[in-house]
Amino acid sequence: METLYFDHCASAPMHGKVIQTVSEVMKLHFANAAALHQAGAEAMKLVDRARAGIAAGFGAKPEEVVLTSGGTESNNLALKGWLLRPGRTRKHLITTPVEHASVYRTAEQLEEAGVEVTWLPVDEYGRVRVEDVAAAIRPETAMVSVMHVNNEIGTVQPIREIGQLLRDYPQIRFHVDGVQAIGKVPLLWNEWGIDLYSGSAHKFQGPKGTGFLLVKEGLALAPLLTGGSQEFGIRGGTHNVPGIVGMAQAFRLATEGMQERRERMFRLRRRLLAIISDIPELKLNGYGAEEEERTAPHVVNVSYPGMRPEVLVHMLEQEGILISTQSACSSKSLKPSRVLLAMGLGEERGSGSIRISFGDEHTERDIDALGERLRLMVEKLKPLERSRG
Amino acid sequence: MNDDWVLVRFGELTIKGRNRGRFEDMMVRQVKRTLAAFPALTYQKTYGRLYIRLNGEDYNRIADRLKDVFGIVSFSRVLRCENDLQEIRAAALQVMREVDPAPRTFKVTVKRVWKPFPHDSQEMNHLVGAHVLRNTPELKVDVRKPDTELKVEIQPEGTYVYAGVQQAAGGFPLGMNGKAMLLLSGGIDSPVAGWMAMRKGLEVEAVHFHSYPFTSEQAKEKVVTLAQRLAYYAGSIKLHLVSFTDLQTKLAQTGHEHLIITLMRRSMLRITQKLAEQRGALAIVTGDSLGQVASQTLGSMHVIGRETTLPLLRPLVMMDKLEIIRIAEKIGTFETSILPYEDCCTLFVPKSPATNPNLRIVEKAEDQLGEELDRLVEQAVATVETIELTAESRSDAPAPAEERWF
Repeated sequence: METLYFDHCASAPMHGKVIQTVSEVMKLHFANAAALHQAGAEAMKLVDRARAGIAAGFGAKPEEVVLTSGGTESNNLALKGWLLRPGRTRKHLITTPVEHASVYRTAEQLEEAGVEVTWLPVDEYGRVRVEDVAAAIRPETAMVSVMHVNNEIGTVQPIREIGQLLRDYPQIRFHVDGVQAIGKVPLLWNEWGIDLYSGSAHKFQGPKGTGFLLVKEGLALAPLLTGGSQEFGIRGGTHNVPGIVGMAQAFRLATEGMQERRERMFRLRRRLLAIISDIPELKLNGYGAEEEERTAPHVVNVSYPGMRPEVLVHMLEQEGILISTQSACSSKSLKPSRVLLAMGLGEERGSGSIRISFGDEHTERDIDALGERLRLMVEKLKPLERSRG
Repeated sequence: MNDDWVLVRFGELTIKGRNRGRFEDMMVRQVKRTLAAFPALTYQKTYGRLYIRLNGEDYNRIADRLKDVFGIVSFSRVLRCENDLQEIRAAALQVMREVDPAPRTFKVTVKRVWKPFPHDSQEMNHLVGAHVLRNTPELKVDVRKPDTELKVEIQPEGTYVYAGVQQAAGGFPLGMNGKAMLLLSGGIDSPVAGWMAMRKGLEVEAVHFHSYPFTSEQAKEKVVTLAQRLAYYAGSIKLHLVSFTDLQTKLAQTGHEHLIITLMRRSMLRITQKLAEQRGALAIVTGDSLGQVASQTLGSMHVIGRETTLPLLRPLVMMDKLEIIRIAEKIGTFETSILPYEDCCTLFVPKSPATNPNLRIVEKAEDQLGEELDRLVEQAVATVETIELTAESRSDAPAPAEERWF
C-alpha cells in the first residue's frame, strides 16, 4: 500500500539533495570546526558559509544568526537568555496560550522563576489582537513572544503589526517563533521590528537536530549552554557541521521561489477544504479559503466532535495515510488541545481534532485520495457516533 | 504621472577636460556593475550626471550600494514629472510629505534649464512654494537656514523634484588612475590605506606575507576576509599570498636582532616590487602612519623605502590612529582587523627594535647573506599563491563538492 505522509508540521521528509550533502560532509569534514589545523579551518569555513546563506535569506547579518540544535532550544534561548539575564529588573513577559510547547512550557517555568507572564486572549481563529498586546504592556514588560504560524491550525499572527506597535517601546524585545513559517510565509526581518526569530531545519526538509535563532545586532543574551566560545559565546558546543550545512541547503531550497510554491500549496489546500466542506461531521478549525493571507498554505485542522482523535489517526493509518492529532509534541496526552480551547471552541471540539499538513511532493491526486479516505472514515464512524448518543 | 528616479552626481572628474567622456563611461559602467543585482533599473546619462529609474526597486537598498561607489559625490531620490505647473506642484508636495522627520521650515529653489517653460525660476519659486505652504499648515519658509531645501529642476525631458542630498564616497572611478600593489597585513591600517587608494581611482592588488606554520591558518583567513571587504568596494580584488617563512627565519639568524623589522620590511618591498612588475603596477601602497611603530619612524621609512624605486604611497602617513579607526569602522574592516591572530610582523619581534636604523649596517647585514637572500626572494615570488576575491566568493576555496552542498 502506498503511504501518503501528511504530517509535514511534525517533521518534513528530508530533501534528497540534503541527505546526500549531509552524508558527504559527514564523511569529509569530521574535524572539529574550532580546531586550529587546516581540516578544522575548512569545517569552520563550511559553517560560516552556511551561516551566511541563512542570513542572506532573511536579509540579516551573518553575526545575527546563532546556530542551535533546533526550535526548542532556540525558543528556550530567546526567552530565558533575555528574561533570566543577570541583573534584569524588569521581569514581565507577554505571550499567548497558543504557542508551541517550547515557548508555553518555558513561559510557565519562567513564572516559577519569578517572571510575570500575561497570556493574551485569542479569537476563534487563534489570532491575537494587536490592541490586546498594547493593553498588556506595562513599564516592567521585557519581552513579547508571539509565534509566526500556529503549529496546530496554521493561523498567521499579526507579527508585522505587533512589531510596529513595539517600535514605541524600545525596552521590549520581540521574539517570534518562526518554526512553522519558514519557507511558507514571508517575513521581512529588517523591517518588522523583530528582535529574535526561531527556526528549525527539520520543518523545512532539513536534518533534525539543527536550527537557529536570529538575534538582532546588539542584543546580548545570556547563554543557555555555557561552554566553548562557539556561536559568539551565546551557545557553546561543537558545531554539528554536516547538520548545519544541510540546514543551509534545505533553507535555500525551501525559501527559493517561495511565492510560486505558496500558490501551489494554497491550491491544494483549497481543494482539500472543498472536500471537507462536503463532510458535515468535520469542522474546520482556523481560517478557510477566504482569508488566505491569515493562514499558512500547508496546514488544515479539522475536528470530529465527540470522536477520540487517536481513533481517526489510526483509522487513516490503516489506509496508509499519516496525520497528527493536535501537535506531535502534545499528541501523547489525552487532554483536549490547549490551542483549540483557547480559541473558545469547547471541550468536545477541542478533543477531537486532527492536523493535516503537506508539502511540495503532494499532488492534487494525493489530496483527492486523502479526501476519499476521510469520507470513508466518517461513514464508518457515523453509526458508532449515533449509538454512543 | 510621477516617476521615481535617483539622480547621481559625479565627483572630481567633472573638472577633467579632455578625457571626460571616457571617465563618465567608466563611472556609468561601475554603477551598473554595482547595481547588477537590481535588474529592473534603467539608466539615463546626461552631462555630468546619471539618472537611474527605480521601476519599483527598493531605493534604500540601492542607496546603500551607491554610497560606496568611488567617483560618486552625492545622489538624491528624485521625482520626475511632466513640465507642467500642476504636475510640478503635486510632485513638490509629495516630496515634502515624504521628508522624515517632517521639517518645520523649508525653502524652494527652482532651476529652469529648459527655457521654453512659461514661468521663470523666480516665478516658480513662488508658485511651488505657495502650493506647498497652503497644503502643509505647520510648515514655514526660511530662506537662510531651512530644515529642508526643496529643489526643482526643469529640464527638457521633464522636471526633477527632490528634497535631500546623500553624500557618497567621492574620489575617482576605480582604475582611472592606474594600478598599485597594497601591502595588506591584517591590522587596522592597511585595509584603510587600500580603501583610500581605491577611492582615489587606483586599482589595487593586495600582497600578504605569512609565515606559516609560525602564523596560523586563521591569520590568513582574516586577511582573505579583509580583502573581500575591499572587494565589496572594488567589485573584485586579487590577493597574493607570499610565504615569508624561509626568508624570515634566515633574517632572524643574521644576529642583528634590533634590525630584524627593518630587514623584513625591505625584503617585503623587494618581493612586492617584483610582483608589481609582473602585474603592471606602478606604485606600492602601505598603511604606514608616521611614528606609529618602530618601522614607521622617519628614520625607518627612509632606510626601508630605499629598497624600492617604485613610488611608495602612504595615505595614512599624517593621520592619527583614532581617525584611522573611524574610517576602518565606517568601511567595515575594523571588526575583522582586531581579531587576535598574529601576522608575520609580530613574530621574532625584538624587545627594542631600532627606531633609527643605520642604512650602512642594514646593507652590510644583507650583503652578509649574499646570494642566499636573492634566492629566497626569488623563491618567495615564484611560490606566490594568488586568489581572486569578490565580496562573496573566492577562487581558491570552493571545491566542486562544496558547491553542490549549498
